[in-house]
Amino acid sequence: MQMIKALWGHRSFIFGSVKREFQSKYSNSLLGAAWTFIRPLTMIVVYTVVFSQIMRAKLSGVDTPFAYSIYLCSGILTWSFFSEIVGRAETIFIENANLIKKVSFPRLCLPVILIANASVNFAIIFGLFTVFMIVTGSFPGFVYLAIFPVLAIQILFSAGLGITVGVLNVFFRDIGQLFAVALQLWFWVTPVVYPINILPSFFQELVKFNPMTNLIGAYQGILVNGQWPDWYSLWPVTLLSVLLCWWGAHLFRKHVGEMVDEL
Amino acid sequence: MTAIVVTHLGKAFRQYPTRLSRLAEWLIPFSKPRHLKKWVLQDLNFTVNAGEAVGIVGINGAGKSTLLKMITGTTVPTTGSVSVTGKVAALLELGMGFHPDFTGRENAVMAGQLQGYSAEEMSRLMPSIQEFAEIGDYIDQPVRVYSSGMQMRLAFSVATAHRPDILIVDEALSVGDTYFQHKSFERIRAYNKLGTTLLIVSHDKGAVQGICDRAILLNGGKLAMQGEPEAVMDFYNGMLTDQSDETVRQTVSDDGKVQTISGTGEASLVEATLRNAAGERVEMVSVGQPLQIHARIAVNADLPELVFGYQIKDRLGQPVFGTNTFLMHQMLENVRTGETVDYVLHFPANIGEGSYSISFSLHNQDSHLGANYEWRDRVIIFNVVNTDKDRFVGMAWLPTVVECRR
Repeated sequence: MQMIKALWGHRSFIFGSVKREFQSKYSNSLLGAAWTFIRPLTMIVVYTVVFSQIMRAKLSGVDTPFAYSIYLCSGILTWSFFSEIVGRAETIFIENANLIKKVSFPRLCLPVILIANASVNFAIIFGLFTVFMIVTGSFPGFVYLAIFPVLAIQILFSAGLGITVGVLNVFFRDIGQLFAVALQLWFWVTPVVYPINILPSFFQELVKFNPMTNLIGAYQGILVNGQWPDWYSLWPVTLLSVLLCWWGAHLFRKHVGEMVDEL
Repeated sequence: MTAIVVTHLGKAFRQYPTRLSRLAEWLIPFSKPRHLKKWVLQDLNFTVNAGEAVGIVGINGAGKSTLLKMITGTTVPTTGSVSVTGKVAALLELGMGFHPDFTGRENAVMAGQLQGYSAEEMSRLMPSIQEFAEIGDYIDQPVRVYSSGMQMRLAFSVATAHRPDILIVDEALSVGDTYFQHKSFERIRAYNKLGTTLLIVSHDKGAVQGICDRAILLNGGKLAMQGEPEAVMDFYNGMLTDQSDETVRQTVSDDGKVQTISGTGEASLVEATLRNAAGERVEMVSVGQPLQIHARIAVNADLPELVFGYQIKDRLGQPVFGTNTFLMHQMLENVRTGETVDYVLHFPANIGEGSYSISFSLHNQDSHLGANYEWRDRVIIFNVVNTDKDRFVGMAWLPTVVECRR
């Protein structure tokens, strides 16, 4: 509770930092904010052209030309949202050592800023993707709204994991290296670029223990097939997220003082 | 009203013998601590009243910065506590954690927001910050192209844009040029007059004595002394020689001021008197009058070299003039135990009106930082009055001849 109050007191710092980071990314470029759109747009176009037009990749059971590219985008965009938060949270305290050592402020501002920033980036990219779906006539309709609760769970999961890894990384720098490798492997054991049903049934069962599988699967279900997510399948990951957040907060509270000495 | 209360404050850094021992300590439940505690500050107790100006002195590594960091809340104490009443503005080391890629303006806004001000408030304060920092167009350049002096100018201007209840300055000001130092000290003084509590770390004797009501000396993580700035600075100066077998003692003289004596004692001053040209002892001196110092030195050990020095200091302890026999090419060599050396120093009192003190030193070579046999502060106190010269101001008497044509 006290943490939240301290964060509220520094809200102008948080908003300011989010704005500054967004601006600084493009402040030295000629095209400026246009880059925000160009990058994701290229990605969507490449996937669409390469997979659905050139390679003629088709998803079994869905018979539209854009199905596979939508499948890819819905998985990759949300995965990169996840990996952006977790990957950057891992080094957030180390990168801001200069600030942490010299200025007294609620340290929790840093992960909050990070999550807000990643969310802004994601909102832009995902907004574009939504426009693409509407234009190509593949918008799933009302079921689209189901994205938001799933995203909320994902943010909770990323935040808990990110803070935990971030705190640990200050004390054990191996964690950072290890986690970067793990994140890459994790991507490939999650059905993002391939459909889960191409796996042998034994691996299918195994992959379901991966908390990201059900999240990514939910997005793919909503956007490709227009299906409401299977809410029960999301219970374990929600529980895990809450647990991670609690553990992250606990670690953070216990070691925030020592952290300054270690940086 | 107290502004800062420090009770039993201690800070230790953990040192783990190997990288694995921290992991073991974290993972194995109920295991014994596997780290060594390296204490940098121990059992500190003091209070600072609201509106007071306190200087913190001590050699490098004495724990000054760690103390300030705990007072600002950047670092948490290992033992004891700090309680602070009021809004704190702190200038720790350089730059206030400026981000090198952002412009001065953006950093200023960010630093303000870190202190809890809103963006609107900062943009309202911006003109006055710019005006005080005087860094011109650089305000819109990224901070990485700033010189350290410019960073400090901006940091100081931002930190003091609002008058804080407590202002903490850690050596940062020494980076600035003389012009800005004057300007910033002026602001610090003005804020202090309006009721801001000051906490200043500095090696600049003049700054500590000029601003502070009180000084605290830290040595080896402990509070070595606190009190009158001049007395503390003299003690610190004596301590600087850092000889293991030497002692620093202080006695309170008749006028209530503190005299500091330090040194190893191989030679000592027996007696020193201030006399006029006729050889009579004086305490009242007129501007420009020829003076003599008669000093007797006892040698307590065989010494290859012996240098005798004296220094005249003003009321605030600022040196007015000082020299020694090494600098005047009159160093004694091979003096024997039991010898007595008598010196007579002749000089004119070409100094302005005021109260002055004379300190003496006995050492080898050119300063007391080598082997310090004895350093005695405030041995002689005398007053200078203007009896026969035209009225003038200042610390020095520079007889001036005017030539004027029209």
